[in-house]
Amino acid sequence: MRVKITSSPHFHSKNSTKSIMWNVSLALAPAALWGVYVFGIRALFVLLVSIVSSCFFEYILGYFDGNKDIKESTLYDGSAFLTGLLLGMNLTPTIPFVLVILANAFAIVVVKWTFGGLGANWMNPALAGRVFVFFSFTSMMSNYTVPKTLEVVDSVGGATPLSFVKTSISGGLSNLSPSQILATSSYPTSSIATSISSSTGISPYAIDAFIGNIGGCIGEVSALLLIIGGIYLIAKKIISYHIPVYYILSFSLLTWMFAGVRDGLGLFSGEVLTQVFSGGLILGALFMATDMVTSPITKKGKIIYALGCGFFTFLIRYFGSLPEAVSLAIILMNIVTPTIDRYIVPKKFGYVKKIKAKEAK
Amino acid sequence: MPKDVLTFKRGGVHPKDQKHFSNTKKLEKLPMPSLVVVSLSQHLGAPAKPLKKVGDVVKRGEKIGTAASFISAEVHSPVSGVIKKIIKQPLANSVVADAFLIEVDKDAEEVIFEKVDYSAKSDEELLNTIKDLGVVGLGGATFPSHVKFMIPKGKFAQYLVINGVECEPYLTSDHRTMLERSEEVLEGIMIAKRVTQAKEVIIGIEENKMDAVEKLRSVIAEKNYPIKVQPLKLKYPQGDEKQLLKATINKEIPSGKLPLDIGAVVANIGTCFAIYEACALNKPLIERVVCVSGECINEPKNLIVPIGTPISNLIDYCGGFKTEPDKIISGGAMMGFAFHSLDIPVVKGTSGVISILEENKERETACISCGKCVDACPIGLMPTMLYRNIKNGNYQVALDKYSLMDCKECGCCAYVCPAHIPLVHSFKTGKKLARKKK
Repeated sequence: MRVKITSSPHFHSKNSTKSIMWNVSLALAPAALWGVYVFGIRALFVLLVSIVSSCFFEYILGYFDGNKDIKESTLYDGSAFLTGLLLGMNLTPTIPFVLVILANAFAIVVVKWTFGGLGANWMNPALAGRVFVFFSFTSMMSNYTVPKTLEVVDSVGGATPLSFVKTSISGGLSNLSPSQILATSSYPTSSIATSISSSTGISPYAIDAFIGNIGGCIGEVSALLLIIGGIYLIAKKIISYHIPVYYILSFSLLTWMFAGVRDGLGLFSGEVLTQVFSGGLILGALFMATDMVTSPITKKGKIIYALGCGFFTFLIRYFGSLPEAVSLAIILMNIVTPTIDRYIVPKKFGYVKKIKAKEAK
Repeated sequence: MPKDVLTFKRGGVHPKDQKHFSNTKKLEKLPMPSLVVVSLSQHLGAPAKPLKKVGDVVKRGEKIGTAASFISAEVHSPVSGVIKKIIKQPLANSVVADAFLIEVDKDAEEVIFEKVDYSAKSDEELLNTIKDLGVVGLGGATFPSHVKFMIPKGKFAQYLVINGVECEPYLTSDHRTMLERSEEVLEGIMIAKRVTQAKEVIIGIEENKMDAVEKLRSVIAEKNYPIKVQPLKLKYPQGDEKQLLKATINKEIPSGKLPLDIGAVVANIGTCFAIYEACALNKPLIERVVCVSGECINEPKNLIVPIGTPISNLIDYCGGFKTEPDKIISGGAMMGFAFHSLDIPVVKGTSGVISILEENKERETACISCGKCVDACPIGLMPTMLYRNIKNGNYQVALDKYSLMDCKECGCCAYVCPAHIPLVHSFKTGKKLARKKK
């Protein structure tokens, strides 16, 4: 009889890298499908090209690394699929396909594989890919489509609410909150948002951003569906709530306290809901900042990291000259992560008492 | 959740408990095997010195090995028969030591252990009896009991905590012992209380054994013993003394120290039964309860087995294998050792023989820094950092900064690891290499 001899434990939970990656992809799916619904079939092609090229680069690099058999390839763990999907969701629906491929090449070849593939990347590959094409081809990445659920108004063109507000402020508008700026320029809102807004008093732009009736990248528009995906991941214990909660809370708090300063309205007058639900904040907080490889290991470290993300997002969004606040803030904190992990070590069992015992002596 | 159910706070995991295979099976005596292999290294510490030689005739219960140093234990013959050979016998935990191969004489006169009155004996005499009859901790670590119960001068045991947790998946030997031998176990506990002069006695039992809690409580009430039975929430590794003491008396053993440093002595249920047998029957530790279980066994059973019986006898008695197992494990599925052969004998520390299929076979991937191991570690270590440092040969960093030696190899980290990294294996290797380097 043949028996296996291995070290204990002889039991294993059902966790696996593969199941984590596929579950995250699953959690992203509703928001991605919504993007395809509002932006049209081209958005689907962007996602597909992104996923295929990401997997292709992953396989090719593995191939040159000696993994010639496709069954043995690192493709099976699903991380390349997830990077492709996430990166596709972070691109505009009108982006040329060649840029999609370029973004994936940067994400997989430069960011993920330079230091050894899965687990060794020092920043989130999908975010890095997005930032790379954004700063290299800014005009193509800023050309946002207005979703088909909104009636297009010519004066708005292809700007997202956030970029529209930023341009308006640099154009000289002041003493108005972002919602007021949007309203005076008659930025479009959906009829549902207008009706909810009239009964609750919440800015219609916040409601549109929450549901997903705004321009933006394919996957970031519907805060609602992203939050549903995030709750699924937290319920399945794949991510912990620490990063998204502390990230969004710290950002909201800073926005409420100081955002009014930029608009000339003074302290404690910032508009929170519109800001939280627009831009890539929800996608970033739930799916980008929680990337396991590039976020700290300990709970305490995660909280520090999330507070840092919230702070830098606030700083860049309100006082930076460029958009991309969420991406840049997360990448910045990704770089700090190894340092956090070095210094934040959990309290060990039976150690505090040891120090106390020494003091007692 | 009722307030009187306690547990420890930090880390821990919830593996399937798998007790349903054998938790209703009554204790059964295994028929005398025709051959036993009695190892001289069945306990923690120095192997015993042999007292017999090849060709000697031994009687059941006769001493055949004697303690070689302070931390060591006596070894007795579990059968009557003739010593055929002295061989080097590897055990499941990869200890290789001299062992007596004894051929059982089926016609030999049966040795009967009769009840003796020990109430007149002094505490010291009782301690000597425990030592002389080879009692060791039967929870798995097999630490010689007389060393544990000998309270050094200046120390004082406030608590005697009895470990009825049995948090390892599959194992039910302590559970059945508590149910079927409650009176004996409690008497053994009272002897341990006398010897250690502990003020309070607490028995910690996990919630999946509430029948045992009730049984013990009723006997305690009947006999009016000063013993408290404490139900505990289900959580692995609650049976470890650090976690058990945190759960029951809410105290932390300082790193590198013993339970006695916080005024506690911990003993296992099986050990208490062995103490009872030693003191009340004058019977040495020559048999123990072994839980034969697992999904591959035809009829899982809780057997009373003479020490030294090859495990193949146990498996045959339980109807053999239903399906061919991937692994056969000595002890529980979380910390047990894999048997490499069916000829390995049962030793004092063998709490179970578990035949399992390997579930959830997954490829090992790179560490994705998810931090699940850090959350699961009951000691608050960072298994992923330990692993990285050991892998890169930075043993000193692993030892100093990440406290490698505080790891007790409970397996929580490797259990949850999504990358299926053999973390415990690397820590065991790391400890050995780090010791070598010193």
